[in-house]
Amino acid sequence: MSVIYILLSISIIVAIFFFIAFITAVKSGQYDDSYTPSVRMLFEDELVKEQPKPSIKTKQD
Amino acid sequence: MDQIKQTSCYHCGDECKTEISFDDKTFCCNGCKTVYEIFSENDLTCYYDLEAAPGSIPKEIEGKYDFLSQKNIIEKLTEFDDGNTQIATLYIPHIHCSSCIWILENLNKLNPNITSSQVNFGKKTIRVTYKSETCSLKDVVLLLSSIGYEPYISLDDFKTGNQNVNRSLIYKLGIAGFAFGNVMFLSFPEYFEVGEFWLEQYKHLFRWLMFAFSLPVVFYAGRDYFVSAYKGLRSNLLNIDVPIALGIAVLFLRSTVEILFDLGSGFFDSLTGLVFFLLLGKFFQQKTYTFLSFERDYKSYFPIAITKINSKGNETPIQVYDIEKGDRLLIRNEELIPVDGILINGKAKIDYSFVTGESESVSKQSGDKLFAGGKQTSGVIEMEAIKSVEQSYLTQLWSNDVFSKNKEDGFTTLTNTISKRFTYIVLSIAIISTTFWLFVDASKAMNVFTAVLIIACPCAIALSAPFTFGNLLRIFGKLKFYVKNASVIEQLAAINTIIFDKTGTITSNKSSSANYDGIALTPSEELLLKNTLRGSNHPLSRTLYDILEEHNIITLNHFEEHLGKGIEATHNNEHIKIGSASFVGAKETSVLNTTVHISTNNQYKGKYTFYNSYRKGLSKLFNKLKKHYDLVILSGDNEGEFENLKKLLPSKTKLIFNQRPDDKLEYIKYHQTEGAKVLMIGDGLNDAGALAQSNVGIAISENVNVFSPACDAILDASKFNQLYKFIKASKRAITIIKWSFVLSFIYNIIGLYFAVTGQLAPVVAAILMPLSSISIVVFTTIATNIVGRKLSKS
Repeated sequence: MSVIYILLSISIIVAIFFFIAFITAVKSGQYDDSYTPSVRMLFEDELVKEQPKPSIKTKQD
Repeated sequence: MDQIKQTSCYHCGDECKTEISFDDKTFCCNGCKTVYEIFSENDLTCYYDLEAAPGSIPKEIEGKYDFLSQKNIIEKLTEFDDGNTQIATLYIPHIHCSSCIWILENLNKLNPNITSSQVNFGKKTIRVTYKSETCSLKDVVLLLSSIGYEPYISLDDFKTGNQNVNRSLIYKLGIAGFAFGNVMFLSFPEYFEVGEFWLEQYKHLFRWLMFAFSLPVVFYAGRDYFVSAYKGLRSNLLNIDVPIALGIAVLFLRSTVEILFDLGSGFFDSLTGLVFFLLLGKFFQQKTYTFLSFERDYKSYFPIAITKINSKGNETPIQVYDIEKGDRLLIRNEELIPVDGILINGKAKIDYSFVTGESESVSKQSGDKLFAGGKQTSGVIEMEAIKSVEQSYLTQLWSNDVFSKNKEDGFTTLTNTISKRFTYIVLSIAIISTTFWLFVDASKAMNVFTAVLIIACPCAIALSAPFTFGNLLRIFGKLKFYVKNASVIEQLAAINTIIFDKTGTITSNKSSSANYDGIALTPSEELLLKNTLRGSNHPLSRTLYDILEEHNIITLNHFEEHLGKGIEATHNNEHIKIGSASFVGAKETSVLNTTVHISTNNQYKGKYTFYNSYRKGLSKLFNKLKKHYDLVILSGDNEGEFENLKKLLPSKTKLIFNQRPDDKLEYIKYHQTEGAKVLMIGDGLNDAGALAQSNVGIAISENVNVFSPACDAILDASKFNQLYKFIKASKRAITIIKWSFVLSFIYNIIGLYFAVTGQLAPVVAAILMPLSSISIVVFTTIATNIVGRKLSKS
């Protein structure tokens, strides 16, 4: 049953990993604007259709 | 002679008065056509596919942004600058649809020196990164303006560095949620299988892990409750945070003692859950309208820079804060006068409506005094500053200490009123039951004492108000009534006096009505009148044009506009003069209302008298309100509308005219000392003091994106006649909260039964606490939605 120590530490490490991911996401401003990305996401496809010259595409994300 | 067709512009969607065709599309003006040309040349016509007619007419900006070439101003407006690359965030009020996002994020196709641009739709801002060697901030602004997205740059932008976004609540919520989930997992085995072999083996490890998880919850996520409770106690106030802080502290201490001496598993699950739910309530209540600002003062209305004429006669842009006494300033058409001064040159026609509430613009001669805040409406003028910005007549209003006071400080919320009694009752129950157990079974006394404090922790009570008000804030927001925070709704339910401003508040800015008296005009004269007005951009001409009936378009032989006087035109053999009495050749009669005189072929015909046009449903609204509230009209305007208003409004309404901004503030202050709870409804800078002094200040706005003074709530002008319903809904919210208090008391009584009898097991607390919180949330949400549905139906 001492395997429980390994299991526990793994589960806590995973939990903490996600927790850190959450903190960095908030810190980088991901939660500041929750609307625009949902619209922006839909543009890229239309852009490619409209623009046969992908070379101009310099938009950075 | 074509009949005017009702076609809408391909670019902006406005009705085309004169049609311009290009590329099989119709445009209302050359500006719109130019924007379309720019887009089609750059393969950006996708703009029009995403949304129909998403654009706006680009405005004339000649010379307006010259100040952006100044180094110190660029420094203030950019947030990053390493010599090669600059990043600036600009506020663009026109951002309103997905097309806007698309075109603004493709700016690099219009100017390759712009490396990237990112729109924040909620805040209506764009963050532009550009190469500063080949492209300046001015170029970016000019490009944006040329495609109809003119940024709004005001004195408010005049602050250095980034504003810090406060994200601490999200962090706290994240930590509490994270700990809550993990503690729940770890404490689950002990709920049921007490005494099992392996559980006995590992329970210490599990318990200490739970302890570790709860540490950041108590000391970081829950810190605000301790701070607030401490502050409350220090000012002799038993606010709701006192029993909460007590509950958290007791939960933590008892749990720690329990696991330390192996007495039990502790209440870490309840502890983390409690903090998590409380923070969730706070988060929900914190509805913010990112695109609105409730804190604006004159700074967001004033320009950041103005043109100064130096002694050699050269024009240089200077910062508004740098204006000194004696500086000579150039004010262009539609520009704002930033400081008090004396008119030197040019014909001034100043629109003070926003500052004083006077509805019509006033003409000034050279040598006359000009006050800061007025907007020049005809041509270019030169003036000499006699004061600096902060010392000007208007801006001095902001030195009144009413602007530094926090309205919420003097207001006891319903929750805090309840919590005072609640705390006393809980403490006495705890003491009584502890004394009882001391005699019966002393070993259980401490157990009972802590259990009472734990179970009585008023989580459900603390959640009632945030969820009710938070939900109502959202419902109000959907109905275009934007409220700053929850406490405003509570104060709104308690008001007994309503004070209205006149100009722009109960009158509408868009249209006014006009009456003609004089010799009746012949059809051909009417035709000429309408066509002459068409050519003029003067606000009165536009208003009169819209009022008159539709006529055919004719080409005028001669048309001339005399600034500040009027217009004249000829068609065939007919000559018409429209304008002021002296211009037309009529006797000047001194009336308080605005008039436009007309003469044809040098013969005086008559005049149009303009009346304020009141908002729809005004008398209906007043008649509804008069039963419950004292009503007052407090106007900065003259008494010209007195008779009109008297007819329109219930007889009890007090009408007070010629009020200066500080008169309004004093009026409210005086009535508040007599016990009035005042709701002030205004719109301009002249109401700013009154809005701040009142218990609730609502700003009426025709367009919520443009400036409105600091206030507690912004009401869209189209919803003005719904005002009474909003107040009624706020009152219903109070009732809902009272009922949810009743509900949470029932839970508390059940919990207290377990606590007092000394049988509070962790599992009972772990069930009862979330259950009470969740049922309160469900109850308030359903109840407020019912209120909201009633509100939106009507």
